[in-house]
Amino acid sequence: MLSKPYADEVLMVVSPGDFKSACLHLHKTLRSPVMMLFATDERADKKIFCVYAVFMDIQNKKWVVVRQDIPENEQHFDSLAKDIYSASLFEREIKESFGLEPMGNPDTRRLNLHSEVWPEGSFPLRKDFNRSEPVGFEKKDHVFTKVEGDGIFEVPVGPVHAGIIGPGHFRFSCAGEPIINLEIRLGFAHRGVEKIFEGKRVDEAVGIAQRVCGDASFAHALSFCRAVEKINNIVVPQRAEYIRAIYLELERMYNHVNDIGGIAVDVGFSFPAALASIIKESILSLNERLTQSRYLKGAASIGGVAKDIDDSKKADVLGLLGAVMVDFKRLADILNVSVSFMDRVDGTGVLKKKTAEDLGVVGLAARASGIPVDLRKDFPGAYGSVRFKIAVQETGDVLARLRVRIAEFETSVSLIRQFLDILAVGPFVSEGISNFKDGEALGYVEGWRGPVLYWVKTSPGGSVFRCKIVDPSFHNWQGLSFSVLGDIIPDFPLCNKSFDLSYPGNDL
Amino acid sequence: MISILKCRLAKGIVTRPFPYVEVGKACPFWTRPRPDAGHCEIEVLGKELRSVILKKLNRSLHIREVDTGSCGACESEIISATNPIYDIQRFGINFVASPRHADALLVTGPVSKNMALALQKTYNAMPEPKFVIVLGQCAIDGGIFKDSYYTQGGVKDILPVALRIPGCPPSPTDIMRYLLDFLKKD
Repeated sequence: MLSKPYADEVLMVVSPGDFKSACLHLHKTLRSPVMMLFATDERADKKIFCVYAVFMDIQNKKWVVVRQDIPENEQHFDSLAKDIYSASLFEREIKESFGLEPMGNPDTRRLNLHSEVWPEGSFPLRKDFNRSEPVGFEKKDHVFTKVEGDGIFEVPVGPVHAGIIGPGHFRFSCAGEPIINLEIRLGFAHRGVEKIFEGKRVDEAVGIAQRVCGDASFAHALSFCRAVEKINNIVVPQRAEYIRAIYLELERMYNHVNDIGGIAVDVGFSFPAALASIIKESILSLNERLTQSRYLKGAASIGGVAKDIDDSKKADVLGLLGAVMVDFKRLADILNVSVSFMDRVDGTGVLKKKTAEDLGVVGLAARASGIPVDLRKDFPGAYGSVRFKIAVQETGDVLARLRVRIAEFETSVSLIRQFLDILAVGPFVSEGISNFKDGEALGYVEGWRGPVLYWVKTSPGGSVFRCKIVDPSFHNWQGLSFSVLGDIIPDFPLCNKSFDLSYPGNDL
Repeated sequence: MISILKCRLAKGIVTRPFPYVEVGKACPFWTRPRPDAGHCEIEVLGKELRSVILKKLNRSLHIREVDTGSCGACESEIISATNPIYDIQRFGINFVASPRHADALLVTGPVSKNMALALQKTYNAMPEPKFVIVLGQCAIDGGIFKDSYYTQGGVKDILPVALRIPGCPPSPTDIMRYLLDFLKKD
């Protein structure tokens, strides 16, 4: 059964028996990884669990959503993992939080609910989940992939790291110097975000969305707002769309320059890093002057933006961009002409195009490996009225990711100038939003790491029934573990920073 | 040799004089006031912080940071406090890599169940005397994650908390201000 609930979304409802073949067909013809795969618990109304898979159709500018309904007593579905690798982590997530068994998935270890602290048979995202403290259950240790052979040794790192950074556990298996396997265990920042969303009013839930991932807080809040706007047919004024794009680009700028500095720090080159942090600080203080928040928290709102950019603010932005560009050019020059720096980043941490495609790597990391995907081009929205090129590099190493960052920073400056130029007088938030409807829709935004996707289903009255969040980090952590193979451990921080993936965005 | 020389020439002079501002003028973000200026908040706070820390410890204060599931904004602000604008190290506050070197434990995030053990172990690894600072609304009482199935209601349920720095996230100036108030008190 095929329906088109929205202009940019196609919904296919298939029987559980056809789900796998439908997904495989879409994966092959659209050349899209599994962008989302998640379940909902509809047992109260319809006595079913629904499992959704989302694919991206760049050519026709559509999102293809496939749904299967699983009767409540069956509690299993056909796994896609053996045919589409990008589905495997999603299936582990569904298994631990809904108790639906992915039949045929070779790896069903827990992902976020660690077996050391969470009992078997307790599924938090089910609607009848009881929040009381689990007591007296059998604690199980996590089983890591074991690499065996002469002279192989393991180096475990984390979850508490030496730097000021999120929690994650990295287990390197090395033979001499080269890394032959890296297993990344995440979930340490799991806070049960998706459950927190449930039952909240949608306007209240925007506040949660902006606290999911602190360095992409505007992208997350905006993606949630977009989903809600689609459900309620809210038309966002042109001015608001442009201001949203400006805030998104500001977020991209401060994070990219932060990472460029971070890459310099990780090779011990502190002067450009200091310059980069000055640039970052100046953008953060601009954010504060524009929105009263250094991280643009509270700037997004349903139907538009909460903080307008008036003429004096516009002058402030333009003035700062000029000053920042002078510093940024200098920063890029310092890095580009430093031979010892280039020696460290060139050819380090290569993520091959084929590997990236198979893993379903998205966003910036995909562009650095030669895959030209960018939602700003593929689903333009406000970006349709400005001119820009997406930055693509072929080599997939740290240098490629650095170059994409440098190019995107400069693009962002040009984009903000263009948006400020065409910013017409008008309202910055849609009028008369009062009653929120029930429905389901997909919200998407190209954040600075890549596509931030929110699938939202609301109940009558406008409270959130289910909110599934996919941060680009969820796809890309796998890419990191493949990119370091063959490199030495001292190069790992460099590779890690060149991806700069989010722990909270992944762990939720 | 020639390539190195070429590279040096291409690079030119990469440093620039620090742009000091006049006394009495506002202190914009990338300039630092003259050392005798008393009007910039960062400088005023910092000077006092330095003298208080020196009086109390006769050396600098060493802090170990642990993230127990924060969204990353608090970390970003702590890192910002060490950038050349705030440069909190010059006031005698250092962030160290090991709990063994630390006087204080700085905790962010609402303490995910997965991190509770790691947090406890980090605290146990610190030498006495030690105290705990919690930073951000999540770490204080769980924030918006208070009612989650996977958090524990903030750090206070696990460790004795000496100082709370509220905010979502607190700015670097806030961090300095709360630290100063706390260190002045006892």
